[in-house]
Amino acid sequence: MGILEVKGVGKRFGGLQALGDVNLSVAENSVHAIIGPNGAGKSTLLNCLIGKLIPDTGSVTFEGQSVLGRTPYEICQMGISRVFQTPEIFTDLNVMENMLIPCFAKRDGAFAMNAIGSVTSQAEVQDKAMQMLEDMNLADKRHMLTGSMSRGDKRRLEIAMCLSQDPRLLLLDEPTAGMARADTNNTIDLLKQIKEERDITIAIIEHDMHVVFSLAERITVLAQGTPLVEDTPENIKGHPKVREAYLGESVD
Amino acid sequence: MFGLAKKDANLLLIVAGLVMLAPFILNPFPGESAMAQFNAGYPDLMQRFVIFGIFAIGFNLLFGLTGYLSFGHAAFLGVGSYAGVWMMKLLTINVIPAILISTLVAGIFSIAIGYISLRRSGIYFSILTLAFAQMSFALAASVLTPITGGETGLQTALSDPRILDSASSGGNIPSPAIFGMEMRDSAELVLGGWTFTFNVGYYLCAVVMILAFYTAIRIFRSPFGLMLRAIKSNQQRLNYTGLNTRPYMLACFVISGMYAGLAGGLMVSMDPLAGAERMQWTASGEVVLMTILGGAGTLIGPVLGAGMIKYFENIFSKINESVLHQWFAFMPDGLEDVIVAMLYPFIGKGWHLTLGIVFMLVVIFLPGGLVEGGQRIGAMFKRKAKADDKSSANVEPAE
Ligand SMILES: Nc1ncnc2c1ncn2[C@@H]1O[C@H](COP(=O)(O)OP(=O)(O)O)[C@@H](O)[C@H]1O
Ligand SMILES: [Mg+2]
Repeated sequence: MGILEVKGVGKRFGGLQALGDVNLSVAENSVHAIIGPNGAGKSTLLNCLIGKLIPDTGSVTFEGQSVLGRTPYEICQMGISRVFQTPEIFTDLNVMENMLIPCFAKRDGAFAMNAIGSVTSQAEVQDKAMQMLEDMNLADKRHMLTGSMSRGDKRRLEIAMCLSQDPRLLLLDEPTAGMARADTNNTIDLLKQIKEERDITIAIIEHDMHVVFSLAERITVLAQGTPLVEDTPENIKGHPKVREAYLGESVD
Repeated sequence: MFGLAKKDANLLLIVAGLVMLAPFILNPFPGESAMAQFNAGYPDLMQRFVIFGIFAIGFNLLFGLTGYLSFGHAAFLGVGSYAGVWMMKLLTINVIPAILISTLVAGIFSIAIGYISLRRSGIYFSILTLAFAQMSFALAASVLTPITGGETGLQTALSDPRILDSASSGGNIPSPAIFGMEMRDSAELVLGGWTFTFNVGYYLCAVVMILAFYTAIRIFRSPFGLMLRAIKSNQQRLNYTGLNTRPYMLACFVISGMYAGLAGGLMVSMDPLAGAERMQWTASGEVVLMTILGGAGTLIGPVLGAGMIKYFENIFSKINESVLHQWFAFMPDGLEDVIVAMLYPFIGKGWHLTLGIVFMLVVIFLPGGLVEGGQRIGAMFKRKAKADDKSSANVEPAE
């Protein structure tokens, strides 16, 4: 059984069946890519995994425990972190403060009344945040307000924030969208490195086939809310149905 | 120092210095001079400066940090006031229990209101808090009359039990005191044309205000404060980062309510009379204005805003037509009348108009409030100093 098991998940928005009958099993310590054309329901599927949406039908279990009916913060504390399609960071805070928040969440749990000691006096959390920033080449920008950073930097910061929580499962929603080729390659290297260093499972949604084929061990192709095929990258490359439904129109 | 970064410690010392020396600073004009009516260094007004300063500091902990705009904070001030008077009626005329219980009762009251109001955010949160406050006001003025004194208000009386105090000598209602020193006691210092008044009540409020300010700085700089700022910036993200924003918001709301209760307790310690109008929505609106005028989310802003509004309310409102005629008496009669007629709407009862204009100008041109004004002036001088001395190129990033 995989670390993440999605069984028969369906989600309807008014008249639109965004997810039909999705079955998905993500093996522990693997990199699993989910590809598919725009509007296929990929982000909706991730939303159902982290408690942002509640599916109409089906079940989602993580490490044997159901995530349905749990709040987003509980699911995150279970060990699932997500990087969003458009970077979700604290744009009014500086880079260091952004980094400290997940570090505190990791150390203190969902709520702690730390109202008297100053943020700067919490040496271990400071060190951890600083270490993460150095690993991501963001350390020299630590005093910068994140609202004014480039999209690539925001994305790296968000990845760093998620990683600082030592998630068991990292969900990435089009992490290289809108990135220059060099940044994309850096991101690939970064994710490879993360994979090597940590006990982590990665589920990645991606449009860039270069990224997908460099990282993924399994690929699920989603079209119109239902999985078309699931296979290894080699087989997916040659799959006629996939070429027709997806690769043919998006390889540019 | 005191567990604060150097910059914050300096700010605290400056504020403490200004507050302690206020009887001098606010009395710049000799008593007999024409400008004497601009003096604000009398106990009654100075007490109001610091008490409303505390109220606004507390309000800013909620609004400035989390962005949740409570429109019912006066309810906590009112509840604190009633609790304070009851302590002085039942327990002792010593103000210390009154102040402590005011804070505590307002805290408990804000748990209830916060728990319900915080189910919503944005405008709905504001409306819920407003509704609760108006409800409290209406109840206090009517059905709760046995507890609140209704429309006449609640005050100390000669027949009150005051179980901790020995039977009062003489036939007078005892006046609020701290270990025998009455709040209204003052020492005066006459220097040339100036008379400086050092009032027991003011100094009690001043010390409490400095402590309240210090606590607020600690909260601002704490991990808790960081989470509150993160709520303002992106509450969703915080949830997906594994943090439960509910208890953070509730804790913040209750702390903020306790500051309001503390202010209420000090108010009745200075003058043991609490009326329902203290809870009315205009009073809730006033603390919003104070905080925005001074600079929401800044440490010192709310205090400045509170001071400015109370100064306008008490000083501008006292300038009347005859005072204006006095000022412009040197002009030819016709011109004098024209000028007085032009200025008249802005003074006396028209102080609201002046304040309204100042408020609009600040919000439009200085969205960061008076603090932003100060920073801009500071930056102007810095730029000038830098142009003079080009060698000092390195500027430390602001923490
Ligand atoms: N919250 C929502 N309300 C209504 N429709 C939605 C919502 N979220 C997504 N959709 C619709 O569901 C479909 C799938 O969207 P999405 O999961 O974002 O696709 P993608 O595979 O490109 O990530 C789209 O047609 C989108 O318009
Ligand atoms: Mg998407």
